[in-house]
This record gives sequence, C-alpha cells and structure tokens, in this order.
Amino acid sequence: MPTVSMTVNGKSVGKTVEDRTLLVQFLRQDLGLTGTHVGCDTSQCGACVVDVNGHAVKACTLLAAQTEGARVTTIEGLAAADGALHPMQQAFMDNHALQCGFCTPGMVMSAVDLLKRHPNPDEQTIRRELEGNLCRCTGYHNIVKAVQQAAKAMAR
Amino acid sequence: MYNFAYHRPGSLAEAERKLKAAADGRLLAGGQTLLPTLKQRLAKPSDLIDIGRLAELSFIKADGRSVQIGATTRHATVAASAEVRKAIPALAKLAGGIGDPQVRNMGTIGGSLANSDPAADYPAAVLALGATIHTTERAIAADDFFKGLFETALKPGEIIKSVSFPVPEKAGYMKFAQPASRFCMVGVFVCKAGSGVRVAVTGAGPCAFRQSAMEKALASNFSAAAIESVKVSPAGLNADIHCSAEYRAHLVGVMARRALTEANG
Ligand SMILES: Cc1cc2nc3c(=O)[nH]c(=O)nc-3n(C[C@H](O)[C@H](O)[C@H](O)COP(=O)(O)OP(=O)(O)OC[C@H]3O[C@@H](n4cnc5c(N)ncnc54)[C@H](O)[C@@H]3O)c2cc1C
Ligand code: FES
Ligand code: FES
Repeated sequence: MPTVSMTVNGKSVGKTVEDRTLLVQFLRQDLGLTGTHVGCDTSQCGACVVDVNGHAVKACTLLAAQTEGARVTTIEGLAAADGALHPMQQAFMDNHALQCGFCTPGMVMSAVDLLKRHPNPDEQTIRRELEGNLCRCTGYHNIVKAVQQAAKAMAR
Repeated sequence: MYNFAYHRPGSLAEAERKLKAAADGRLLAGGQTLLPTLKQRLAKPSDLIDIGRLAELSFIKADGRSVQIGATTRHATVAASAEVRKAIPALAKLAGGIGDPQVRNMGTIGGSLANSDPAADYPAAVLALGATIHTTERAIAADDFFKGLFETALKPGEIIKSVSFPVPEKAGYMKFAQPASRFCMVGVFVCKAGSGVRVAVTGAGPCAFRQSAMEKALASNFSAAAIESVKVSPAGLNADIHCSAEYRAHLVGVMARRALTEANG
C-alpha cells in the first residue's frame, strides 16, 4: 500500500492507503473532512469538487495517489482563520442559494474556480461554467445571483 | 473498484517498461473515462501506470504549418491555448465544449483518442483535419486510427505521445450535446485545406467517420448551401434512448451546415 502525502487546506498530511483509494475517500474517511460530498459517485454531479493545484476537479474521479505532493483545498479551507466566511460562502447565504445544501460544497468550489477564469461573468457564462454541478433543489436561479454578488465583492 | 497496483513512472521510457511488464496493465492519463469504468467493475487491470504528470507528454507546439499537442495535454489547456486559438480556433472551441470544467481540467487528448468513445469530440477533429497520431512505435494517419466501437489501431503496450494537426485554411465544429452527459449526440467537424475538403462525423456511428458525399459537394463550393441537397442515410447509424438513427441522420446535416457557417464566419 502506498503512502500518500499532500497539503490539504494548508496542512501537510500523509497516510498509507490502498492503491484504489479515491481522493474523496481519502478526504472524508482518512482525514475526516466530510464537507466534500459524494452525490452520484459517477462523475456527473459535482458534489465532490475540490481544488487541486489551482484547478477544480471531481474528487470522486481521481485517485488519492494521483494527487501525491499536491496542494488541495476543500470547502473547509475556504473561510478565513478567524472564521470569516469566504465571499462566495457569504453570497450563497445572502441569496438563499441553497436549500438542502447537499450540492453546496461542490457548487461553491466550482463557483470560486470559475471566478478565477471569469472575474466578471454574465449569467450565461455562470450557467455554462456550472454545467458539471447539479442541484436538485434550487433551480439554480439564486446560485447564479450568489455568484454575481461574490464577483462584485471580490472585485472590490 | 477492484484493487490494482498504482505506479507513477518518472519518464515515458519507464512507463513503457512498466506497461509491458504488468500482467494486465493499463495506462492512466486523466482518468475521466478509466476511473468511472473501474468503479463500475467493468475492467479489472492488475496495474495502473499513471502518465498524467509526465512533463514530456504535456505540451503544445505551433509552427504556422502544424499544431502539435502532447498526449497528456488537458482539454482545458487546449481550449485556453493562445496558439491553438490562433491556428485552429475550431479545435480550441471543441476542447472547450467537452464535458464540464472539472472534466476538462483532468481529461487528456491522448486518453480521449485511445478510448475512441463513439460520442467523443476529439475524433471528429483528428479525422477532419487529417491529423497524425504519434506513438511510441510509429506514426498513424487519422484515417487508419479509428477501427470501431472503442477500438483503435493501437496495439497492446503502444502509447500515444502526441497528435499533430496540419493548420487548415478554414475549419468549423458544431455538436448537438446530449443534455445530461454533454457527450455528442452528433458532432460534425468540417475542414478546408490545400489538400482538399474533409468532413468528419462523431456521435452518429460506432466510431468517428468521414462523410464523403458532403466532401464531394463541398469541393468546389465550401458553403452550407452546397450540402443543402445531400441526403444522409440513417442506415448503420446509432439508435438509443436519446434519439433514433433517422434523427441522428437529420442532425448530421444540420450540424454540418452550422459548422460550415462557423468556418466561413
Ligand atoms: C461527466 C463527463 C462528461 C464527459 N463529456 C465528454 C464530452 O462531452 N466529450 C468527450 O469527448 N468526452 C467527454 N468525456 C470523456 C473525457 O473527455 C475523457 O477525458 C476522455 O475520454 C479520456 O481521457 P482521459 O485522459 O481521462 O483518459 P483515461 O480515462 O485516463 O484513459 C482512457 C483510456 O485511454 C488509455 N490511454 C490514456 N492515455 C493514453 C495514451 N497516451 N496512449 C494510449 N492509451 C492511453 C487508458 O489506458 C484508458 O484505456 C466526459 C467524461 C465525463 C466523466
Ligand atoms: S460525486 Fe463526484 S461528481 Fe458526483
Ligand atoms: S441545495 Fe439541495 S441539491 Fe442543491
């Protein structure tokens, strides 16, 4: 069994795991970071999205071993050290952009990633960029509004 | 997922050795096809050889006459590449329309071609642009590469290193995406180059194929109007819960005309 080491939310971690361990299992079961969700487990829904070396990826479709040495950020790593929410998290709250909240961690991680590439996105861009994230509650409308609010807040 | 032994070789030469030494080894590039397949227990390889981080396979080189893309170059990298966007904008657009952003951040051109999914995007570009696939053993012309459903000319142990695309005069790509998976229901890539006109269709048959009736009609007049009267037969086209062979045949015409309009735009 290989030992996998990486930096997760700024902390160095190392564990010996089975070769077939997925990153999402490593995060949830080995590190206890259960904010990253498993929705479909078939690469479709985006509930498991995390950031690996600056890119949003589906943690259910990536082996932990593939991220050896990487910098990983999960939903738990977004808020500031003093607990202040990331502008995207705040915007989701302000705009009622979640109902059951199951899709929310992945949705927020993808939304943060899309703003890196499109700092001032229009509605169509936001909807296209969130194609890999499914929400069965909100109808997406308030999610789009939240991303627009966060874009404005982060531009300041 | 059944367990396997994971390897991350430091060079292509080492990857080749590891692949050949394994009882039933498989290459892992972006994993966006292979890992879902393993999770469904549709395959049980003994070893996975991860080439996804080999720097020597990840590059884009353009010299005015051709664009060469390394096998492990991610879809997102191709989509964002200034060189590709300048030389073959239709190719950058195609890469940017694969799946969703997270899939594009992992998936690679080599993995897509080796897999030859009937609904994949890249095969249409490779065929229509008349690209060459360079492997650890030889150079394979696009026309000789796709052999059937999930079947290519690659031999066991052969690794795709790069793909070189000749720069065309004009090219366009249009796909009708399956709304849930975003794979192609039908995609058509059209290309006009010094060597002639080529039209390739994906999503409609067992693997990507050229549409010769349209190629003939477009040879003297590269425009949407020129193929208005070309009849596409549904014989041999895919039929599934998403749409019938007749509907796919209809889409081939519609997507081809839109791709031509884009190429001429
Ligand atoms: C939700 C989702 C949506 C998608 N939508 C689309 C879409 O719209 N259009 C589309 O075209 N694709 C789509 N895909 C597939 C995606 O493009 C994959 O990235 C691609 O098919 C495989 O590339 P990979 O690098 O992930 O390959 P892997 O999954 O790592 O490997 C696939 C196969 O190729 C072999 N292989 C990999 N690299 C090489 C090489 N260099 N030489 C020889 N063999 C090799 C592997 O052994 C394996 O058998 C989608 C995937 C998902 C999960
Ligand atoms: S759990 Fe990973 S995409 Fe749904
Ligand atoms: S809030 Fe329930 S799935 Fe999105």
